[in-house]
Amino acid sequence: MIRLERVTRIHNEGRPNAVTAVDDVSLELPDRRVTVLRGPSGSGKTTLLTLVGCLARPTRGRIWLDDELISALPERFMTEVRRRTFGFIFQRFNLVRGVSALENVMLPAYPAGEPHAALKARAQALLERFHLRDRMHEKAELLSGGEAQRVAIARALINDPAWIIADEPTASLDTSLVERFLAEVRDLAKAGKSIIITSHDPRVWQADVVDRIVTMQDGRIVSVEDVGKAPAAAAGREGSPP
Amino acid sequence: MRRWLGRQLHLVDFTLGALMRRKGRNFMLLTVYTLVIFMLASVMFLGSALRHEAATALKGAPEVTVQNMVMGRHALSPPEWVERLSRIRGARNVHGRLWGYFYDQANGANYTLMVPPPHARDIAVREGETVIGASVARLREVHRTGYLFLLSPAGKLFRLKVARTLPHRSELLSADLVLLSEKDFRTFFNLKPRDGFTDIALAVRNSNEVPTVVNKITRILPGARVITREDVLRTYENVFSWREGIVLAMLAAALVAFAIFAFDKASGLSAEERREIGILKAVGWETSDIIAMKLWEGGIVSAFALVFGVAAAYAHVFLLDAGLLAPVLKGWAVLYPDFSLTPVIDRMQLLTLAFVTVVPFTVATLVPVWKAAITDPDIVMR
Amino acid sequence: MIFDPPILALLLTSGITAAVWLAAAGFAVRLLRHWDIRSGSGRQIRLERQTYLVATALKIVMVAQMAALALFVHNADRMAILFTGAMCALGTLNVNEWGMPAFLAQMGMFLAAAIWLLVNRADEMGRDYPHTRAKYALLLAFAPLALAAAALQWLYFLNLDPNVITSCCSKLFTPEGAGVQADLSAMDPRAALALLFGGSGLLAALAAWPRAGRWPRVAAGILAALYFTGAVAAIISAVAPYVYETPNHHCPFCLLKPQYGFIGYLLYLPLFVATALLLGTGLLAALGTPASLRDAQPAFMRRVGCIAAILYVSFAAVALYAIMRSHLILIG
Repeated sequence: MIRLERVTRIHNEGRPNAVTAVDDVSLELPDRRVTVLRGPSGSGKTTLLTLVGCLARPTRGRIWLDDELISALPERFMTEVRRRTFGFIFQRFNLVRGVSALENVMLPAYPAGEPHAALKARAQALLERFHLRDRMHEKAELLSGGEAQRVAIARALINDPAWIIADEPTASLDTSLVERFLAEVRDLAKAGKSIIITSHDPRVWQADVVDRIVTMQDGRIVSVEDVGKAPAAAAGREGSPP
Repeated sequence: MRRWLGRQLHLVDFTLGALMRRKGRNFMLLTVYTLVIFMLASVMFLGSALRHEAATALKGAPEVTVQNMVMGRHALSPPEWVERLSRIRGARNVHGRLWGYFYDQANGANYTLMVPPPHARDIAVREGETVIGASVARLREVHRTGYLFLLSPAGKLFRLKVARTLPHRSELLSADLVLLSEKDFRTFFNLKPRDGFTDIALAVRNSNEVPTVVNKITRILPGARVITREDVLRTYENVFSWREGIVLAMLAAALVAFAIFAFDKASGLSAEERREIGILKAVGWETSDIIAMKLWEGGIVSAFALVFGVAAAYAHVFLLDAGLLAPVLKGWAVLYPDFSLTPVIDRMQLLTLAFVTVVPFTVATLVPVWKAAITDPDIVMR
Repeated sequence: MIFDPPILALLLTSGITAAVWLAAAGFAVRLLRHWDIRSGSGRQIRLERQTYLVATALKIVMVAQMAALALFVHNADRMAILFTGAMCALGTLNVNEWGMPAFLAQMGMFLAAAIWLLVNRADEMGRDYPHTRAKYALLLAFAPLALAAAALQWLYFLNLDPNVITSCCSKLFTPEGAGVQADLSAMDPRAALALLFGGSGLLAALAAWPRAGRWPRVAAGILAALYFTGAVAAIISAVAPYVYETPNHHCPFCLLKPQYGFIGYLLYLPLFVATALLLGTGLLAALGTPASLRDAQPAFMRRVGCIAAILYVSFAAVALYAIMRSHLILIG
């Protein structure tokens, strides 16, 4: 479980162009559930995602991963936590260009120093699972949208994380690819992963895999609804109302 | 340890790919880098090769040379000096030497005419014969006739049979050499035996004794000038080091320009590259991973530049006779149309070279590398 | 002044080292004033990021210093030809009064950088960077040394005068003479060898002792420093004559010459690195074990201790090899 306690994130703090992107948010994200963060662009959902995913440190407030306080960790250890806990799927997938699909999948595991052969075997197995066996030596920019999406998911899974974080994964995708993505999410949820998705795409938050919808506006949480068949064990604490 | 090694291998692997992906920019950097190393290495190789030439030549030189001075100028040494110097304990092999310069008007070249010392059996010359340096042989095209013709200062024509040509080994000092028998030498320059010798050479059994022997000589012959081999060697060493240093100091300006260039190249991160670093950090790389990767990048470029630059400098100095630098460093040469240096490179030279290029390069790129490495990972989500 | 490529390289390196160290010291002052690991403020994050730059710069400096030390000695040896009376590096170092201090400062810089990096390594294992303040205080404390090393080197090289007649090693390192060098060579060979082998054995055992607590480690650090001087004296008094196969030649620098198979590097390098490692662990032990490093720091010190032990053993082995191979008999 990830617990946020009165978390605030201010961009460019102390400068005239300071922006409060996340404002005093408290929230619980239960394990083994699919949570969607919903809200218009600029509502702070992506910033919240960077805080949850250890990509940035909150300006104020605390974040707990299970029993570990992760918000105060120095960058070195935050990265370690991020690498072993979270897999990321970015908007437009953000694969490294000029690098093969296979190496893109292997990249997140490089700093851990696992022997090359073992790592490569693992990456190949993942790509095979996503039916990309004959495309794995293709450079990232030459993959089709659907292939890039599956490579991105494979990359998110290479370190076998407990959490998958997806930021606007369906933006600019056609309906068939959205369906495919949601099917993958369903499989991952079934495999026991905890999933957080930011989206302002109704096709995502109306999908039946979603367990909980958190709505944000102006950096604050407006509502938390449990929509899944099986309600989450722990009810999320409400953020302060707007 | 194995984890560390695994991580480094992954980083090198990725870095090599990254270098290839940005071929244009890296090729430019590599070219400039190689050029800088080429220039520095050429100067150093030439300097040490010249030093080596001089040292080889001097190896056979006598430990101590005594010259007669008249009015502060070098004059002929009287024959009885040989006798007087022979009496010094510790001095061996005292012999008068005959050598002189001869300007060949036909070719505009200067030769050194010399009588080989009595103990040097391998270059002994019989009357009417001569042994000559390679350059003289080439210049006078002796291979056609087998004879060397010289017009003496007194206007007499000398015809000498060329017994053989000296090997190339230490060509710098022997190239212009013409060896004659004592009788021919004296006739050529019109010297009588009682006129004495050009100077007097002697050997010292124990090299620690040299100062003592020198002391005794100055006591016996107060007006003479005494030169030890060490003195000559030291002077050569000094002159070469100094010249080399001056050239290198001038090249330091080039080095500074290079450091600025490297800094600039490392600072100019393209948007694509910044995004790439952001992705790497977002998916689990850490600042120190990026720094390590970038240092590998610099290290690989440095290694290639060193190999290429040193190889090019080697070819330049030892195969192409340092065409670009010789005028500055050699300076004294008049008669070396085809002068080849013996390749000598020691580890210290390479270490020095690596020092003066890789250290400034690495330090100059350090801050840009770090700036790139602290890219916020969340830029990929903005 | 002698204008020589290796000298230019050494001056360049010492200048860069001093500049880097000074910049790092400036940063250290800021860090000591503002460091607060629990804060998420912009300033703390900036400080944290700058520590990466400082640590990387110091790693580069250490590698450069290690190579510079070898270059310094090798170059001094090669330049001996330029000075009347000099036979090896020692004569060159004695050309003016700055040579020996410059050499010692150069060694000191390498040790300082090695110790700092050892503490840095331990610090980076703790989630709250427990040694950061101590580490930067240490950096600040070493700053005068960095400046002195650079200044001494400039003074030494700028004042090199080829006309000076210097002394050869065989004159300085004679037991009958006066001064430090004479004292260093005056040790009885039997006592010297006992000190060399006994000391390396004791230190190897102490370093490799897995359950060594705080004070044994601190003691090992102090002993390592003492042993370093003792071992150098023993090399001068006893090992060197065996290598040269003459009872009266004691020079510690001629050992580095090619005609003795560069055995000096094989002797000094392990001794030197082992000393640096034990000084580092001694300092770490003296700093104590923070809660965040309760398991990691002792394990780290054990690992480093084992490496040091191996180095001490190999140092003793090289010394033994040099003695066994020799035809000289000093001890009946």
